[in-house]
Amino acid sequence: MADVLLAEIAAVAPSGRAHVLRRFLRHRLAVLGLIVVAILGCAAAGAPWLAPYEPDEVAITQRYSPPFSEGRFLGADDLGRDVLSRLMYAGRISLSVGISAMLVTLVVGFLVGAFAAYLGGWVDTILMRLTDVMLCFPSVFLLLFVAAFVTPSLASIALMIGLTCWMEIARIVHAQILALKSADFIAAARMAGAPAWRIVLRQILPNTLAPILVAATLNTANAILLESYISFLGYGIQPPEASWGNMLTNAQSDFQVDPWLAVFPGLAITLAVASFNFIGDGLRDALDPRVRD
Amino acid sequence: MTRYVLNRLGQSLLLLVGVSIIGFALMHLAPGGPLAVYTLNPTVTALDIERVKHQFGLDQPVYVQYFKWAGGLATGNWGYSFFGGRPVASIVIERFPATLELMGSSLALALIIGVAIGIVAAVRRNSWIDYATTTAAMLSLSLPTFWFGLLAIYLFAQTLGWFPAGGIASTGGGGFADRLRHLVLPMLVLAFVLVAQWSRYTRSAMLDILDQDFMRTARAKGLSPARILVGYGLRAALVPLVTLAGLQLPLLVGGALVTETVFSWPGMGLLFVNALGTRDYPVLMAILMVGAVVVVLGNLLADVVAALIDPRIKLAHG
Amino acid sequence: MASLLDVRNLSVSFGRNPAVDGVSFTLAERETLGLVGESGCGKSTTALALMRLTHHARIEGEARFGERDLMRLDDGAMRRVRGSEIAMIFQDPGTALHPLIRVGEQVADVMRAQLGISAAEARARALELFRKVGIAAPEQRLRAYPHELSGGMCQRVMIAAAIACSPRLLLADEPTTALDVTVQAQILELIREVSSEAGMSVILITHDLGVVAGMTDRVAVMYAGRIVETAATDRLFAQPMHPYSRGLLGAVPKLDGGWDEELTTIPGTVQGAALQGGCRFAPRCPLAGDMCRRDPPLEEIAEGHFVACWKAR
Repeated sequence: MADVLLAEIAAVAPSGRAHVLRRFLRHRLAVLGLIVVAILGCAAAGAPWLAPYEPDEVAITQRYSPPFSEGRFLGADDLGRDVLSRLMYAGRISLSVGISAMLVTLVVGFLVGAFAAYLGGWVDTILMRLTDVMLCFPSVFLLLFVAAFVTPSLASIALMIGLTCWMEIARIVHAQILALKSADFIAAARMAGAPAWRIVLRQILPNTLAPILVAATLNTANAILLESYISFLGYGIQPPEASWGNMLTNAQSDFQVDPWLAVFPGLAITLAVASFNFIGDGLRDALDPRVRD
Repeated sequence: MTRYVLNRLGQSLLLLVGVSIIGFALMHLAPGGPLAVYTLNPTVTALDIERVKHQFGLDQPVYVQYFKWAGGLATGNWGYSFFGGRPVASIVIERFPATLELMGSSLALALIIGVAIGIVAAVRRNSWIDYATTTAAMLSLSLPTFWFGLLAIYLFAQTLGWFPAGGIASTGGGGFADRLRHLVLPMLVLAFVLVAQWSRYTRSAMLDILDQDFMRTARAKGLSPARILVGYGLRAALVPLVTLAGLQLPLLVGGALVTETVFSWPGMGLLFVNALGTRDYPVLMAILMVGAVVVVLGNLLADVVAALIDPRIKLAHG
Repeated sequence: MASLLDVRNLSVSFGRNPAVDGVSFTLAERETLGLVGESGCGKSTTALALMRLTHHARIEGEARFGERDLMRLDDGAMRRVRGSEIAMIFQDPGTALHPLIRVGEQVADVMRAQLGISAAEARARALELFRKVGIAAPEQRLRAYPHELSGGMCQRVMIAAAIACSPRLLLADEPTTALDVTVQAQILELIREVSSEAGMSVILITHDLGVVAGMTDRVAVMYAGRIVETAATDRLFAQPMHPYSRGLLGAVPKLDGGWDEELTTIPGTVQGAALQGGCRFAPRCPLAGDMCRRDPPLEEIAEGHFVACWKAR
């Protein structure tokens, strides 16, 4: 009985996905971002098959070859390893960290925001105060502090980044749910006897999707930036495993010998981050109810 | 107004307490605790560790330690560096002016340029200028600051030789001109990202405001375009901008850290990164806390300024 | 007598369909003209067009104000006209005033901009203006913010700013719609007082015929972007000739009607009026006939009484 009622209630929830898609597609930059992300993603995922060389294949005689020499598209690094191949493998790492970190922020942020808003009372106060306090710490400081004491691995780095960046999502979810709490179809679900967790998952989640989606893409961009920074400093992904960030660790000295070594990884980071940012912007405009057509 | 300020002050104090609790928790949750560096050293015996523990008061119950530590923090006793033994407070404070110089000048520059760009973009909405600046802003935000800094050093310092490659002054001290030359590159690099953010904030705030009724009244009075845009428009935008400035503080402080690292700028950020290498807990904690306190105080200041500009705020929040 | 304002064939379009379509009327000195119609008929747009305050609109036609055509003035010249020779007040005084600037300053700034007087002089004049528009305790109120004042007070401030530079024409766009009924009468009376004292002409825009009755010398009725009838106020109320005017007047409850007297309504809505050729009102008109497929021009059927209807001859 409650099931049927809940199903009917779910049908009332606002839709219009085709409309949103059309608006998104009108954002040329956002579409471009999507394409770039897709390309980067494919290059990264397909690295084991697509990369011309092994990422740690050393060839000392070809150290510091510039791009387009020795049959290497982007040249070779200080140990003669192929830059293009390393970039692709590094992309796997950097993109995975970015996306995993984003997932962590989504889960933690959603849980904190949703339960604070839905349960209210002292739970709400404590959780949102915690969020406020965490927001006072500059995330780079916090991240480095934790990273210095934890053995870095892809998983631990993603987790750490996630645990320092969930607050914004928590706030968004909190605000959305507070607004929804007084909505009629939620009241109906409660009267039908649905348990809290089920309401949160089946009714609340779909309706808070829009701003969360935007925040998620922007979070991914930020996560990639953060990972690159801590890897650059040596507290992130450890060599010989490559990430775009740690390929830049020796950039300062590299500049003297072979400036290209320092350029490509930075470009890759910028490209990935910009693409996610443009997608996020496009999503925000496409989902904004205030924008007139 | 006093009630509002006191209210905000109280909330800030609560935040500071929360911040100190989190900081304390971090310190003790780290593997090995505050004594990690000692336990890793094979020549240090168990007895030595006990002695150090007692010396640092680490054998007492957790809440006692917290109050002692928090009390110390508040009174300026921030412990002693694990390496060198100097009091942390003096180490950190002597680095403070350099960070302030960098952050302050970058923020000032970024505000002037960013707000101007934002206004132009808003007034000429959907023109090529608008699209160009919005896209450029997005790209700037996506640039890793450390990489951008490295490029800047390579280009302007090493290749063109216009500016020094790092540091705050030439060895042996330098005059005003020398310090200025050292400031330019790091300031521009840090300001680059800030300009992008501020132009976006300003554009979005101004777009909201340009459609408001009072702007139409201003035009109907035949006021000069400058007065309409700045006296009416920007004035209304000031409140959300001031609030945003407060919210942006953590990013500003983080950005300063990155910039200091790349330019070897002797501020708190560089100190933090160096202390990371030696796992110098007390220094790390102190700087982390200083960062958080700056954010809390900055937000408090922003709230008070906002209430001064917009008298309706204190009515809503009392 | 030369007219103060002579509007000929004014058209304002946003996109394809014109919001104001070939509007013509004249306004004499010291005259108060009522511009009446339903929401969306284009009356506010007409006023905004006169002030050249419409955004991204295509405007055609001419509006002679004294010697000059307002539509042909360059931006600088138009700016000097606004506020000093033609002033405008708007519907919602709460949002029309800047929330963060003290109201005294909002009256003084137009004087400083248009009259070139000093700040101190402007403040002194603002104080005088506050007294004139009936704001009690004017010295304190000068320093107040809009949110500290009631709706009626805010509208008085707006009026003070509007008359500050002694304009020859005041455009009042629904000045009382957002106010309480008791305050409405006060504000209308204030507008009448200041306009007659200063010899100022007024265009009073409203959808409320009750407002028009005591205030105006002449009335122009607008429908779907066009003027359908113009006459002296008394004459329009006594002998409305256009079916729409008749409908509007019929819809007003009368004091001497019974409690259960049904209000006559005009069936249909304004939507889609411009989409067919011919008389715009025809789809809703009880008298519509074949000839109404041709657009009736606005013609004088009696002295000073213009109607746009084939059936009104």
